This record gives sequence, structure tokens and C-alpha cells, in this order.
Amino acid sequence: MSAMTTPAPENKPYMPDEAAFRRGLAGRHRRGRVWKIFFILSIVMALLSLVALFLNVVNSAAGLIIVEYNVDPADVVPNGDIDAASPEQLAAAIVAYEPNRALVMIRDNLSSVASDQFSTATISQQLGSYTYPESAADKTPRDLTPEERSAILAQNISVDVMKQFIIDEIVGLNVLETYSLYESIFNRAAVEEHFAAEFDQETTRLEFRMWLRPSFLTSGQSSDPVLAGIRTALIGTLWIVAITVLVAFPIGVGAAIYLEEYASLFGNENTLSGKFMKWFNRFIETNVRNLAGVPSIIYGLLGLAIFVRAASDFTSGKFLGVTDSNGRTILSASLTMALLILPVIIINAQEAIRAIQSSIREASYGLGATKWQTIWNQVLPAAMPGILTGTILGMSRAIGETAPLVIVGASTAIFVDPSSPFSSFTALPIQIYQWTARPQAEFRAIAAAAIIVLLVLLLVLNASAIFLRQYFRRKLQA
Amino acid sequence: MSLPTEVGTINAPSAVFDMRAQRDARTTIFRRPRPAETLIQFFLFFCGVLSIFTTLGILYVLGSEALLFFQSGLVDLGEFLTAPVWQPQAEEFGIMSLVSATLMTTLFAMIVAIPLGLGAAIYLAEYAKDRTRAILKPILEILAGIPTVVYGYFALTFMTPLLRGIFGQDTVSIYNVASAGLVMGIMILPTITSMSEDALSAVPRNLREASYGLSATKLETILKVVLPAGLSGIIAAFIVGISRAVGETMIVALAAGAGPCKLYGDGANCFQPFDAAETMTGHIVRISGGDLSYNSIDYNSLFAIGLTLFLFTLVLNLISRSITNRFREVYQ
Repeated sequence: MSAMTTPAPENKPYMPDEAAFRRGLAGRHRRGRVWKIFFILSIVMALLSLVALFLNVVNSAAGLIIVEYNVDPADVVPNGDIDAASPEQLAAAIVAYEPNRALVMIRDNLSSVASDQFSTATISQQLGSYTYPESAADKTPRDLTPEERSAILAQNISVDVMKQFIIDEIVGLNVLETYSLYESIFNRAAVEEHFAAEFDQETTRLEFRMWLRPSFLTSGQSSDPVLAGIRTALIGTLWIVAITVLVAFPIGVGAAIYLEEYASLFGNENTLSGKFMKWFNRFIETNVRNLAGVPSIIYGLLGLAIFVRAASDFTSGKFLGVTDSNGRTILSASLTMALLILPVIIINAQEAIRAIQSSIREASYGLGATKWQTIWNQVLPAAMPGILTGTILGMSRAIGETAPLVIVGASTAIFVDPSSPFSSFTALPIQIYQWTARPQAEFRAIAAAAIIVLLVLLLVLNASAIFLRQYFRRKLQA
Repeated sequence: MSLPTEVGTINAPSAVFDMRAQRDARTTIFRRPRPAETLIQFFLFFCGVLSIFTTLGILYVLGSEALLFFQSGLVDLGEFLTAPVWQPQAEEFGIMSLVSATLMTTLFAMIVAIPLGLGAAIYLAEYAKDRTRAILKPILEILAGIPTVVYGYFALTFMTPLLRGIFGQDTVSIYNVASAGLVMGIMILPTITSMSEDALSAVPRNLREASYGLSATKLETILKVVLPAGLSGIIAAFIVGISRAVGETMIVALAAGAGPCKLYGDGANCFQPFDAAETMTGHIVRISGGDLSYNSIDYNSLFAIGLTLFLFTLVLNLISRSITNRFREVYQ
């Protein structure tokens, strides 16, 4: 504590006289105030960064856009809202504007006969497994009435495909310029002026677009920012988090129980084996804490080498007869994430278990319960709030981590929803990364929309953590 | 009555026999074999040991692939440590180019995070009222819980335009080290704040009161008594912060640019804060995100970079842990 005793400078008296002390005191208090302002400013800066971060995201997630149309969408579907249109309306629009392309869609997507027989075979011969109007059964495709054509499309072709077709081939929606929310509200006049001066009023339009809209959640990946959505990524994220927790929770809690309840039992300290076990258990503890500090990208490399490559027969599902995938699957990603969040779960569960009073254990032993009965019936229920908090902290990490997923998954375009642990995948943070990395403002806008979804997901998760903690606490007290 | 049959009958899952077991004082001397509990014990032991396998796995994977990298004949250790640039296409593998960019971003992060983090910690520990602290700490935790890819977005769409607005479009490139580093500092800030605050709060109250008794002002008490007393914890916080900055990936992958800088020679461009430079982590993510065939030099080189990164963070974490342990011994 050498810093505590500040000796008086030698050329001055040890105690200043009253006047000098008062003069000095004012200066010392002034210095105190200046520094206090700096301390307050530090925390204000942190809060401002948080505000700036949120505003910046919201600012990009909605705003004016200048779009180009070949056909006014209001002519194609009611109100011009393609996202809200029903399958029947979409199909009718396709048949009305592109009657022949509608037949091509039937041929390419539904017909079961060779393409040279398409125009001569009847509908019932071609569309065996699909639904179609009774009246169309004996007709060849060319004889179908527009109503029958659109009925076949509406019943069998997915909404996404029809929307994509309408926007690409009929409406030709093409975003030319994107503005932020701030510009759209406070600088609207300048944007309108710019639009009036530079753009053809016949084919382009200035409109306000919420990038975060219901269809953004329900549509799959697309190379067109207007159509792109996060359904595939969201499903991927949910799969990964679910399997990650399923794997990491029992192992993490198990390791914590071992370290807290069993580790001291092995042998007594005077024997060699007892000493070794004591050293070994301390080594495990140190190791868990070091693992918590390993960068996530290293886990990604571990997952790539072990799960994706070495264990590809397992993670691709080949051992179960799945043939259409390699090791870059949801299972690989989940196992990697499980290793990543294990230290978080172990450390939190350890603290929760350690906080349980030993009187509870002793009472249980006194009633004749075994070690495991005591842990299972007394210690774990009492420690559950803390364990769950740690698990949810780990889940939050698993949802937000990007680098290991990019390394393990790597795939850029996934158009099919993941349907099993052996599917290839994309996830919400990967999607955000890929969209942010694109230079165009439209992609930044949908990245912002996806970030909002991600943050809301995390918020819900953390709120549920607080709720669960309260619930278990109340249950314990009851 | 022989013992095995006795134990055998008691083991039968019947309430009648259980009651008999309670009455028969002789049998309670013997511990009932419980195969299920032994199994559970083995499972728990396995769970505990799994973390060691993870570490061994990391060491094995990084080590063996890095060994393949050095055995490829394209690069030796000397070249790895001294070559001016990392360019796999040109078969140039100078890790120091990537390390220099990592050090640059870390430096910028620390310029932001150390003064602000420590300042905020001092405010929370010494000045803030309990109610203010109860509001501010959860808000800082929000900052800590935001995924790093969101910070990457923030760096690219907020910090970079801000820097370009201040220093000029010509000086600051779209992708630059300073922007990534500064945002990384914001990301690390809550870690440093909360760890430092813990260290300051752990300083015993009587030290402060003794200082006031010697007529020191509040600031003098903080700077000359509390800070030195909590110094080991604060330094541990700084080192954890540095370790996180070194391993941070998504911010640099999005904002610091793609393409390693050149350390020396013609066109040397490292250590330029407003220019792009690829860090170790940024390079790993960019290469592994593309088409990557196993057994290629690219694939192996990722693990050599990973090993370097792992050693960096391991050393930092060990230092911080040993400091924290010493600090705990003093005040508990």
C-alpha cells in the first residue's frame, strides 16, 4: 500500500497554513468535480452507443424507396399489394398477363409426361398426383379456360414461386434507390424533388417501404432484396438452438454436479490416487474456465475438422441412410455450438449448486436418502433458477454467434427449409452477415430488418429467463 | 442365513421386503448395491471429463493441421514469422501481416474501452446511488448481450460514415481498421466496466474511511487509495478485454476489409488506421466462407492461423486468471 502514504514534498512544510490549505482545498475540489464529469461522461458514452446502435438499425429498416415497374402492381393484384394477395389472386394475375407462361409453369413444375407430349396429353394423364378442377380432366393444356389454368396454379404452385414470377416477369419491381427513415421523414421534400427531377414518373414510383413486414418473416431466401425473407434462416436458427440446448444442458449440468458434489469424494487426500483425483478435478475446473475464454472462431475450426470432416458419416446422417448431404449440417453446427456454450452452462450451474445450503443436503441424508436421491430431489430443484439462467445465457450466445456457423456451414444459398438435423442450413446471424457484406443499400435495409428480428428473439429469451427464475423461486417457497 | 440371499431378497422391489429391511437391523450395516447410482456417477464423471477432451480436441486439430501446413514445403517457420504479407495465391504466408492488423484493431478497441470502461466503473462503484446503479447495470448488460454481427453492422453503417464525415472521404476508406477497432471497444466496454466495478467494490470500506479521515477528497481517495488497491482486478479486466478483442471476428470481418496488408517492402501499408487490413479472424472467416476443399494449403493454413490466435488468447487468459487469483487471496 505504498500509494496510500504520499509524503510531503521536502521543500514545503508538512502542514500548510490555514490560508494555503483553503486555497489548495478549492483547487482539489475543483479537480474532483472535473474528474467526476469525466466518470459520468464515460457511462453516458456507453449509453449513447447503445442508443445509436438501436437507432441506426431502426433507421435502415424502413424508409422511402424509388422503384421501377413495368406494370403498375395495382393493375395486377388488388391494392397493388403482392405480399397480401391470395394464391387465387396471384394465379389469376399470372394467367391474365402471361397465359402461355402459365402453361410453362404447369409443364415445368407439375407435368409428369415428357415435354414433347405436353400439348397432346390430357390434364388427368399429366397431373395424376395433383389437384385440378373436374372440368379440366379430359382437356389438353391448350384447351384449358383461363379459370381452369389459374385454379391449377393456385392449388399446386407455391405462393413464393408465384410472387417471384409476378415481381420478376410481370411487374418487374426493381429498387433503384433506398433512403433511410431519417431522410424519409425529415428530408422528404429533397427526396421528392430529386425523384421528380431525375426519374421517369410513368415507370417509377416513390413509395414508403417497411422492410420488416410479415412477408419478410414468411418468405425464403432470394437474391432479390424485395422478395428475400428470413423463414429459412429462422427455422435454421431454431433447429440449431434446440439441438444445442438438448446436448449442452444435460452434459453441462452433469459436469457441474460432478465438480460440486462428487469431485471431493474420490479417495482420501493422503493416498496417491486421492491426491491425483484432487489435482485432476482442479485441472478440470481450470480447464473449463480457460475454455470459456477461447475465441468462438476456434470452436468453428474444431467443428470443421471434427464434426464436418472427420465425423461426416455421423453428422451427415449417412449411418441412418441419409444420402443427400455432406457434413455441413445442422447437427454439426449444433454440436459445435454445444461445445461453445458448455463452459457458460457449467460455470453458472456450479455457482447455483454451490449456493445451496448444506443443511438441505444433510436433512436429506438424515432421512435416509442416497447421494443421488439428495441431488435429484433436493439440490437440483433448489438450484434450478440459477441453472436455467445460465442455460438461457448460453442459448443467447448460441443464437447470436456467427463466426463458428459461417465456418461450419459455409453454404451461401439455401432454398429449402431445413427439415431434419441432417439438412444443410443457414441461420439468422449468417444471413445478417451476408446481407451486410453486400454493398447495396437495399441489402443493408433487409439486414437491419433481420437484426430487429434477432434482437427481439434475444429479448423474448431473456424475458423468459427472468420469468422462469421467478416461477421456480415461487415454487420453491410454496 | 448367508449374506448374498439376504441382500438379494431385500433388493426385490416390493414394499413388504422394504419394510422388513427397515426392521432388520443387521442388513442396514451393509450398503445396498445400487447399479443405477454407479451408472449415473460414471455419466457425471464423463460430463466433467468432456471439457478436457474439448481442449485436447482443439489442441490436436489445430496442431495436426498446422503441422501439415508446415510440411507442405511451401512455407517454413521462419518465413511464416517474417514474410511481409499473407497471400496464399502467391504462396506467401507471413502471419505477422495478419497479426499486425489484429494488434491495430485491438489497440483502437482499448483506446475506447479502457478509459471509458474504467471511468464508468468508477462512477458505478463510487459515485452512483444504489437506485442509479440498479438501472444502469442491466442496461450495460444489454450492451454485452448484443451479438457481434450486429456490432459489425453498426461499424459499417454508422462508425465508418461518421469517421469519413469527420476526416474526409479521401482519407478514410470504406473498410478501415479504425472503425472496426472503435466499435470493438464499445463491445468490450461492458466487460471491462463490470469486472473493474467488481474489483473496486471489493476494496474494503475502511481503506476509504481512513483516507477521508486523513482529509483526502473523494477523488484523491479514489485515485490514490481505491484504484491502487483494486489494481490487480482492474488489470485482469483489461487483459480479458484484450483477449476478447484479439479473438473477435464478425466486426473485423464486416468492417476492417478483406485482403491482408503488407508489412514492409514496396507498398507497405500496415499500421494505417484508415486503410483496410485483414486480421487473423477476418481471414479465417472469409476463406472458410467460400469454397474450401480439404487437404488444400488454404484449408491447412486456416489452422495455422487458428493456432497462433489460440496461443495469443491462451496466454492472455492465463495471465488474467493468475492475477485474479492473487487478487482473491488478498481480499477474501
